[in-house]
Amino acid sequence: MRQPDVDPRPARAVPYDLLREVLVAFCVVLVLVVTMSAVFGSPDDPPMTIESFSRQSPLVFLQTALGDLDGSGEIASYGPPYNSGDGSVQHLGPVSLQEIPGVTIPINTAQDFVLSPLQPLATVQPAVASAVRTFRGATAAQRQAWEKAYGDALDAAVKSGASSLQAPAAAGPVGPMLAGLLHEAQIGGLDGLLLTSSRFYATDYTKPLLFLQGAAMHNRASTLNLLGTQWGMMNETGSYPGQAWLWLYTFWYQVPAIANSPSGDALVWVIMAVLTLLLVLVPWIPGLRRLPFKIGLYRWIWRDWYREHPAAAGPPPRAGP
Amino acid sequence: MSNLTARLRASLVAALPPEQLLPDSQPEYVRSYVYVFGATTLASFGFLIISGIVLALFGPGWWHVSRIGHFFNSIHFWSVQAFFFFMVLHLWAQFFMAAWRGGRGITWLTGAVTFVVSLGAAFTGYLSQQNFDSQWIAVQGKDAMNAIGIGAYFNLLNFGQMYTYHVFLLPVAVAALTTVHLLQVRRRGVVPPIPPRGLGG
Repeated sequence: MRQPDVDPRPARAVPYDLLREVLVAFCVVLVLVVTMSAVFGSPDDPPMTIESFSRQSPLVFLQTALGDLDGSGEIASYGPPYNSGDGSVQHLGPVSLQEIPGVTIPINTAQDFVLSPLQPLATVQPAVASAVRTFRGATAAQRQAWEKAYGDALDAAVKSGASSLQAPAAAGPVGPMLAGLLHEAQIGGLDGLLLTSSRFYATDYTKPLLFLQGAAMHNRASTLNLLGTQWGMMNETGSYPGQAWLWLYTFWYQVPAIANSPSGDALVWVIMAVLTLLLVLVPWIPGLRRLPFKIGLYRWIWRDWYREHPAAAGPPPRAGP
Repeated sequence: MSNLTARLRASLVAALPPEQLLPDSQPEYVRSYVYVFGATTLASFGFLIISGIVLALFGPGWWHVSRIGHFFNSIHFWSVQAFFFFMVLHLWAQFFMAAWRGGRGITWLTGAVTFVVSLGAAFTGYLSQQNFDSQWIAVQGKDAMNAIGIGAYFNLLNFGQMYTYHVFLLPVAVAALTTVHLLQVRRRGVVPPIPPRGLGG
């Protein structure tokens, strides 16, 4: 005989003050949040700026800028929605949902992050203007040769622990260009130049954040236990609770097969979409909708009811089908 | 042609009579403290809205430079922690009670969807903090959004877009869903106990 869904026996109505319960709940939560706020406050680690990054790590800044200029940086070949590359394009089987909308936020890292921001500086520094002009007029092969020479010198400087770089002559105009960009960044100009839109007002930080999103942010995030392998976005800076409610989402990134997959993000979305649908549609999913009957925690929740209604208490109900 | 207003009022009152909307008595099994988690979730949401309005009145940068502003940000921060703490307790409790029984499927569905939309509201809040945490969450989260094509239209790096979602679109959605959820609870009543096998079946 199938266990019915709802206890058919009539329950006695007892006085109940809905408004009082809500008011008491408000008072309890008020005391709770005000106490926590007064005692612990809230986190507010200052944002990273390109100025602070370039001052603290000038060689890492130059590596970032060179990657943007020569196309070896992550964003340069990222793919949609930024450009037509395929470096970060994810697939679900043969389908790439990422490619369907196409390029909606066009980013050309060489142009947007290096050459365009150098224009204001070029108007006051003839050497920079000449370098940019030479670079623009060169063949692709010549540019690559300059960039490689600069990159080799930069790698050597990093390995030797140097704090600055003397660009070799073989790097041609790349040396004065990136030196100019570093100078521009260190005086705070690049932060504004990457933010500036064709209109006066700006609220879109896509470009400065994409510029900073590589080694610059990862190095700082690592010290704050915010990396993906450290449960990433679920954490908060400092000793504060983060978005603990994202634990299940973040959990999947701790599974090596997913974390190491080139389409790991898409896989996690699929898993979470399925789980979310299961959660929302529990009432209509056979088996799942009867799971609480099997778990039996309801017997503790309604223990007073079962105690005061012995006929219902009886032997513990067996699970339904 | 009949009076549409009168017909609407009659159907609303029939669906949800005043004594059912604001009850002064409940079945005896409602004495369990488990039923309180819904009210504490609602209270936490209330403080989220109140503290959020204060923060919005002075703009997104205020709390970084004002002690009072920082205090209200702290209220907002701990309110969201309380909101999810109580909401998850409420959700799990309702699951263990199989609260969708007796024609309460839509009540469960609206509650579960409210939880999912609340995740988005909180996420955009973290993106709107204007500190390193916001920057990091934006650059980390963008890959997930881009991976399934959402990032093309929902750009985590666009502060203006995220702030608008956080202070208007998503709170309105959560409030609307919560209202429907509460009306469903009042209309269908609180879920009764699970009967033992063999009783009344």
